[in-house]
Amino acid sequence: MDADPTTRQSPAQSDHTLLSGLLLGVGVAAFVDEAIFHQLLHWHHFYDRSTSSAGLVSDGLFHAFSWFATIAALFLFADVRRRAAWSRRRWAGGIALGAGGFQLYDGIIQHKLMRLHQIRYHVDVVPYDLAWNVIAVILIVVGVALARRSRDALRAPRQ
Amino acid sequence: MSGMAAMPMATPSGVHGLAWFWLGLLGGAWSLYLALRCSTRARNRWPWPRSLFWSAGIITAGIAVIGPMASGERADFRLHMAAHLLLGMLAPIGLVLAAPVTLTLRTLPAPAARWIARRLSSRLVRGLAHPATAALLNLGGLWALYSTRLMAEMHRHAWLFILIHGHLLLAGCLFTAAIIGIDPIRHRPSWRTRAVVLVAAMGAHAALAKHLYAAPPTGVSAAQARAASQLMYYGGDLIDAVLITVFCWQWRRAAQARGRALNAGRRQRVPLFDGSAKPLPAGVQPLERTAPANAMGQRRALR
Repeated sequence: MDADPTTRQSPAQSDHTLLSGLLLGVGVAAFVDEAIFHQLLHWHHFYDRSTSSAGLVSDGLFHAFSWFATIAALFLFADVRRRAAWSRRRWAGGIALGAGGFQLYDGIIQHKLMRLHQIRYHVDVVPYDLAWNVIAVILIVVGVALARRSRDALRAPRQ
Repeated sequence: MSGMAAMPMATPSGVHGLAWFWLGLLGGAWSLYLALRCSTRARNRWPWPRSLFWSAGIITAGIAVIGPMASGERADFRLHMAAHLLLGMLAPIGLVLAAPVTLTLRTLPAPAARWIARRLSSRLVRGLAHPATAALLNLGGLWALYSTRLMAEMHRHAWLFILIHGHLLLAGCLFTAAIIGIDPIRHRPSWRTRAVVLVAAMGAHAALAKHLYAAPPTGVSAAQARAASQLMYYGGDLIDAVLITVFCWQWRRAAQARGRALNAGRRQRVPLFDGSAKPLPAGVQPLERTAPANAMGQRRALR
């Protein structure tokens, strides 16, 4: 159910679609991170002793933002669906971009730069880090590709 | 109640005395709301969910300060954290959504209502009710409570217990009202400002929770602190989800109302001039010269 290229979508609406996807991607990635790595596998710890206070604040802020983003994304989604035409491809692109972006931020800045927490403790963490960041980059590339394809579809002239 | 301040919390009668105080306070607030609601002025036009919200808020607050949770708080930091969540985060949602200020303004005779309304739009009140101020009062209070000896002292003096828990409730109500309040306030900050402050406050709350994990307050065991900090973190998340949902709901409703107002204005405008001297299509009225529609969808005719 991709966008019909003959329907026009105003720039504001396509932005809302992408924005909803982005926010949902960030929120879902954070939620998956929390549910799977913290709760299920117990790989992440609730609190890493090596965290600085700046790191703690940043972690809290990002957690809060992703929580807000999830719910706001759902409301935006309902808003966009109500309107005439929407592009599922663009929404999916936003989700991939948001999730990949969050994962890359988590993998590089939170794990490595600020050392908030590691993916797993008491093991050689390099293959985990590699897999984490590679998956993040793949998601970002997929997201960008989807977003650009959907934008080209929107720009297609009326038949 | 004058003897209560001298009575240490350790004695059973001290705890029971406090329970009567809270019962009186909360019961009084509940009755006052219902009395106002049932008075002639407000009776026919007060939506029943608001009364329900008030009752729910009062009951939630009551659970936190009366009964087993309050008396167990002294020994168990986890119970204190549960009480904090109920009193400072969940109860205010109910109390604020009940629109008590609106009810008061509608019920009182006009001169008194006008006096109150004028006080409410003063700069002092507006500054206090700003989301950033409310957030500071909340998070600052929490930080002070958990990183100083305040927590330990609170359980030794009844008046301090009342002060701190009262502050928890009132500051929570102030913050909730600043974010999702439906009572009338002049120059309410924009949606964006409120969203930013909400996320920042939630972030600070989460950071404080994690900090407590490693640094328990004075007199609290490490094991209890660990459990309580996780309760604060995840319990706060759950209640914040309710807050965020109400916020987004209100935002969406306002956006829809704006859209409807704009559309109502737009329907009068007809794209007449396309460069050709064609006559108007059948049934179309020429453009009526009016001022732009205001927020209520009303238009003033221009001369």
